[in-house]
Amino acid sequence: MLGKTAGSLFWMARYLERSENNARLIDAGFRIALTRSSTAAAEWKSVLVTAGVNQAFQAAHGDYSSARVIDFLLRDPANPSSIMSVIRQARDNARTARTALTRETWEAVNTSWMALVALLRRPVREDDLPDVLTTIRQQSAHVRGALNGTMLRNDGYHFALLGTFLERADNTARILDVKYYLLLPSVAHIGTSIDNVQWETILRSVSAHRAYRWLYGAEISALKIAEFLILYRQMPRSLAFCCERMEDHLAQLQRHYGEETEAWRLAHALSHEKLAGPIQSIFDGGLHQYVTSFLRDTAALARQVECDYRFVE
Amino acid sequence: MLRGKGRRISFFDEMTSQEGGTRSPYRDYCGWFEAEDAARIQHKAQQAEALFRTTGITFNVYGAADGDERLIPFDVVPRIISASEWRRLSRGIEQRVRALNAFLYDIYHRQEILRAGRVPTELIAGNEAFLPMMMGLDPPGGIYTHISGTDIVRTGANEFYVLEDNARTPSGVSYMLENRETMLQMFPELFAKVPVREVSDYPINLLKSLAACAPPACGGTPTVAVLTPGIHNSAYYEHSFLADHMGAELVEGHDLRVIDGRVAMRTTQGYKAIDVIYRRVDDDYLDPLNFRPDSLLGVPGIWDVYRAGGITIANAPGSGIADDKALYSYMPDIIEFYTGEKALLPNVPTWRCSDPEHLREVLDRLPELVVKEVHGSGGYGMLVGPAASKKELAAFRAKLEANPGNYIAQPTLSLSTVPIFTKKGLAPRHVDLRPFVLMSPQGIIITPGGLTRVAMTKGSLVVNSSQGGGTKDTWVLED
Repeated sequence: MLGKTAGSLFWMARYLERSENNARLIDAGFRIALTRSSTAAAEWKSVLVTAGVNQAFQAAHGDYSSARVIDFLLRDPANPSSIMSVIRQARDNARTARTALTRETWEAVNTSWMALVALLRRPVREDDLPDVLTTIRQQSAHVRGALNGTMLRNDGYHFALLGTFLERADNTARILDVKYYLLLPSVAHIGTSIDNVQWETILRSVSAHRAYRWLYGAEISALKIAEFLILYRQMPRSLAFCCERMEDHLAQLQRHYGEETEAWRLAHALSHEKLAGPIQSIFDGGLHQYVTSFLRDTAALARQVECDYRFVE
Repeated sequence: MLRGKGRRISFFDEMTSQEGGTRSPYRDYCGWFEAEDAARIQHKAQQAEALFRTTGITFNVYGAADGDERLIPFDVVPRIISASEWRRLSRGIEQRVRALNAFLYDIYHRQEILRAGRVPTELIAGNEAFLPMMMGLDPPGGIYTHISGTDIVRTGANEFYVLEDNARTPSGVSYMLENRETMLQMFPELFAKVPVREVSDYPINLLKSLAACAPPACGGTPTVAVLTPGIHNSAYYEHSFLADHMGAELVEGHDLRVIDGRVAMRTTQGYKAIDVIYRRVDDDYLDPLNFRPDSLLGVPGIWDVYRAGGITIANAPGSGIADDKALYSYMPDIIEFYTGEKALLPNVPTWRCSDPEHLREVLDRLPELVVKEVHGSGGYGMLVGPAASKKELAAFRAKLEANPGNYIAQPTLSLSTVPIFTKKGLAPRHVDLRPFVLMSPQGIIITPGGLTRVAMTKGSLVVNSSQGGGTKDTWVLED
């Protein structure tokens, strides 16, 4: 397989995952903005920071009105992380890697792009936002279904899944990075449970508020939420789950090519050293420091994958 | 064929004879069509459009907004060619392609046709499409035109003309294949009723033909790659389609580099040599070291590898001289010179405006002629006399007088019509045909049929997709 093709599959999957994650962030932000107008601006700001586009937004718009933020996150061509930009990049990468995709997968990506072009042609009214966000998530599920259901389990598949989990780990870590102060021990130690709406937002932004309830019941503590998002291996958006999957896909690539890679070694170390737990030791070392160093590690892993498999010259 | 000014031109319709009956190749189809509900066909036609969009057979229009990718209109009524008509056409096409290849070999070797005075030397020497670097070079397998397209028009029951040869990188073959695929999906029952010859083996034949031209340096099973300018090229869909269906790699210039005398592609495992490259970039862009230095599409040094027998380039660099419009009018001579036979398919009579006598005649009869730029393509820079206004005619007259050598003129052909499906029922529209021809040392393969292009606008004679033309599935009937 061409290095460029491998890179395009990896990035196609990353962008698709990003569009879904951003839709979830908008959804969570929107809920807070609706229910608590006093904290709306702060909430939108944290959504923008999580998506990595706060500076760009501030430069272009300044104040955090819901309509402006939503439009910026959904449609703005000047925002490289807007859902429209991200889907376009996913499709461009899919076109570049077209010969490595099944017809079903390609058509799913192309249909998603077509649906979103139609949906996001004009600014989205607030009453329509939930429907639009649902469609974005459904399109994403459609692509994932086609990918899982029709792609050969060869190198191309592993590159795509590697991209998915790297993006997802990065997203969950960014959410923690922006919200870590809510989970600081000082809050928990005082014995008051953290703000209900706030913790629900965090869980919603990873589509896991129900899963958390099943697992921990009504007990809401900072420690438990952090444990759930970082270490809980059955949670498909936890850091531990994502890293385990990355390690596995890199191991499969090693087997496929019969060649050991530095990327696998990094993923293995990440999965076994950083995510061994327990959660208390992470808190003891400082949650913020932990997340910052995790983000650094995943960025290094992405660079190593790109280098090991010659995505670019 | 030439019609006087003001006389009504009647057109040959391929479905309905002048007496009003259905011509025999269309009988089975028309039997089916008459029993069908028009609303159902209308619905299927809409489905077809959705299908093309989903598949992504669209092309970008530079600068257009997102989602404004264009679709070449597809018409659901097939164009049908009988077995005997096809036999005749394919013989003529084969003869022509052999002659083109022999011509290219000669032009880049002894130039006997020039010595014999059958083609004027200045037409070659001063021609941009002529590549002096190819002189004396033997392309692997002796093949120049691995892939060609011969544009054919019909003007009567037994009148076919070759309008143009395409010896560079003829496009449209993916439409030929996708049109059939779409028809099979929409009207499967039709193919049980009408015996239509298959086209789907084109990609595998292409792969075999290319592999059969592997260069001396090739060690085992030849590695074939398609070279594309990238996803923003308007024919990118076709490039990826062909690579996908051949199981070949789709490469861009930046995936390739010259290593140890071979052209190699960057894979996840390091650089791997390529043996045959089906390039969809022009000669000029192939090698920035030897041709255009500003080209980002090509591979620095590929020319030297080619010259040393390290890679096959299809079509061979310099093949464009064979489809140059200035040479077109010499094709009957060229065919006779190399095959010893008269051309089986006639040329359209052509005036060369570089010749003062021809020019005078062209200027006299401008309103009834079609005038084309020698190096133009895609229907641009062309005058269709009968459709032009007085002002347009005057403007073109000035251009012709200023630079006559840049133009050729032909009579306005009364192109045959085939009906298209419209909301008001069937309506005749003008068509042409581009059959696709593969050539290798193992022989010539012509896919039955080809791409039928159709002018969707009533009365229009311009079938180019860049000018609003559409396409049809083309059926060649079994014997």
